[in-house]
Amino acid sequence: MTLTEGLTSMGTAAPETPVRAGRRGAGAWRFVVLGVLGVYFLVPIGASVWYTIRDRRNGGVTLGTYAEIPGAAGFADAFTRSLVLAGLTVVLVLVLMVPTVVLVNLRLPRLRTTVELLTLMPLVLPPIALVVGVRSVLSWAPDYFLNTPLAEAFFALQEPALPWILVFVYVVLALPFVYRALDAGVRGADLRTLTEAARNLGASWPRVIVSVVLPVLRTSVLNAAFLTLALVLGEFTVAAILGFETFPTWIVRISGSEPRLSVAVSVLSLLITWMLLLLISALDRRRGTKENS
Amino acid sequence: MLVVLGALPFFLYVAVFLLLPIGVLAVEAFRATDPVTFEESWSTASLAAITEGPYRRAYVGSLQLSIITAVLGGVLGLALAVAVLRARRGRLLRRLVLTASGVLANFGGVPLAFAFLATIGTAGVVTALLTDTLGLGLGGFSLASLTGLALVYLYFLIPLMVLTIIPALEALRPQWREAADNLGASGWQYWRYVGGPVLAPPVIGATMLLFASAFAAYATARALVGSSIPLVTLQIADALSSNVVVGSENLGKALALGMVVLIGLVMIFYAWVQRRTQRWLS
Repeated sequence: MTLTEGLTSMGTAAPETPVRAGRRGAGAWRFVVLGVLGVYFLVPIGASVWYTIRDRRNGGVTLGTYAEIPGAAGFADAFTRSLVLAGLTVVLVLVLMVPTVVLVNLRLPRLRTTVELLTLMPLVLPPIALVVGVRSVLSWAPDYFLNTPLAEAFFALQEPALPWILVFVYVVLALPFVYRALDAGVRGADLRTLTEAARNLGASWPRVIVSVVLPVLRTSVLNAAFLTLALVLGEFTVAAILGFETFPTWIVRISGSEPRLSVAVSVLSLLITWMLLLLISALDRRRGTKENS
Repeated sequence: MLVVLGALPFFLYVAVFLLLPIGVLAVEAFRATDPVTFEESWSTASLAAITEGPYRRAYVGSLQLSIITAVLGGVLGLALAVAVLRARRGRLLRRLVLTASGVLANFGGVPLAFAFLATIGTAGVVTALLTDTLGLGLGGFSLASLTGLALVYLYFLIPLMVLTIIPALEALRPQWREAADNLGASGWQYWRYVGGPVLAPPVIGATMLLFASAFAAYATARALVGSSIPLVTLQIADALSSNVVVGSENLGKALALGMVVLIGLVMIFYAWVQRRTQRWLS
């Protein structure tokens, strides 16, 4: 498409107004792209909404399917579990990564490349390969460590009501997004000067983190937290392979018997997540303008 | 010295929850269980098995699907990103597209699969519209095919491309275009000598990311087609859930290790390409 733009502007560029002509020539493909992709992205959402609200018996429109969601068998359990897992993952990944990113940027620049590489690994490493490995490690408990405290710990991690092992794996999956969001925040703010000032005034490192670093990083922390939340709420592979029921695996399980319900929950979860993200980006902008003025 | 201790939790965590599982995978893929005595031994049987028959087909299917969707998603995503950035008075459009991309690229494939089933699945709304109302039919199209999967994959790959490439596009300064225009360069020359070379490394990188994401995708395929299509991720899940065949657990590990090795090779190739393009730039 960059090529097409180049070609069209080459064809229409008149000597007097080369820039304007180029821009006008480039306008058409833009509308084609927006139009075609707009249809591609909106039709499935629109069709899904229609699929869930049309009343097949009486004709017309009904919200019955959506009213069924809260009371559907298993929904409350699976959704609450996913929310709790998401909350725990957000807390753990921030507790792990905020000090690490700050330290690497301020005190340990030599470790930067290593940390960067390690956090980028989960981005390209297939989660299914990771979870097959995790499953192998977990199977050591009955195989090798039976009747030891370690085996007990392994079994505790796999408690179906609240599988902590999912939290630990989700933290790994969230590392790339969290690291990049926090790193951008640290680099954007002049954190080195701020922390040096705080240290010179006698603040301890924990105090620096709580009173200086976190307030400066709140936008990136918010972004990182939200991305992690969306990731955990939508994650299917790890939960399915380890055999736990979370929100996405619940949707897949009921889809056979209640196709309309599964579509309704899917659309609703997509739209709610989108609304939340829009809200956060709006808040973000408001805060930005307030600070600038 | 104390400072280094501060980074210790991170390294410990990564060692236990990322490196250890992959290491175990790499070792245990070479284990085999005897079907009669259930004794374990070292063997390359699982690794030999995954290079032929249905497993070979699964690798080929996965690679085909991810290469095609990565290239298509890369091109379309780049086009969308450029179109959105260039739109006049497009601030609202931009925010809508960016946030929607964030949701679609990160939320995972399950909801998308069901949205597409409701649209052009056998009982889908668009299917009904095309067959009953217009009498056209879908022309042999089925969601439970590689084409169908590609159509759904693009639904999260295009947004992923938009998200990854927008920072690079924003770094492309308008002054460069103006300078090129003032020096009498045509649009083609601008993209050939300025815009293209600057954008090439991030575009290649983003396409690689799309490839890795499509290659690793499991949720969409599982929700859409069960296991009727040759894909590695589906085969791994099948091998792990099968309690009938002794040693299928090891086969799953071997298949997963194969994925890691393939992705590793792709990344080495990517690093090489990246070095080439950077040398070309300087």
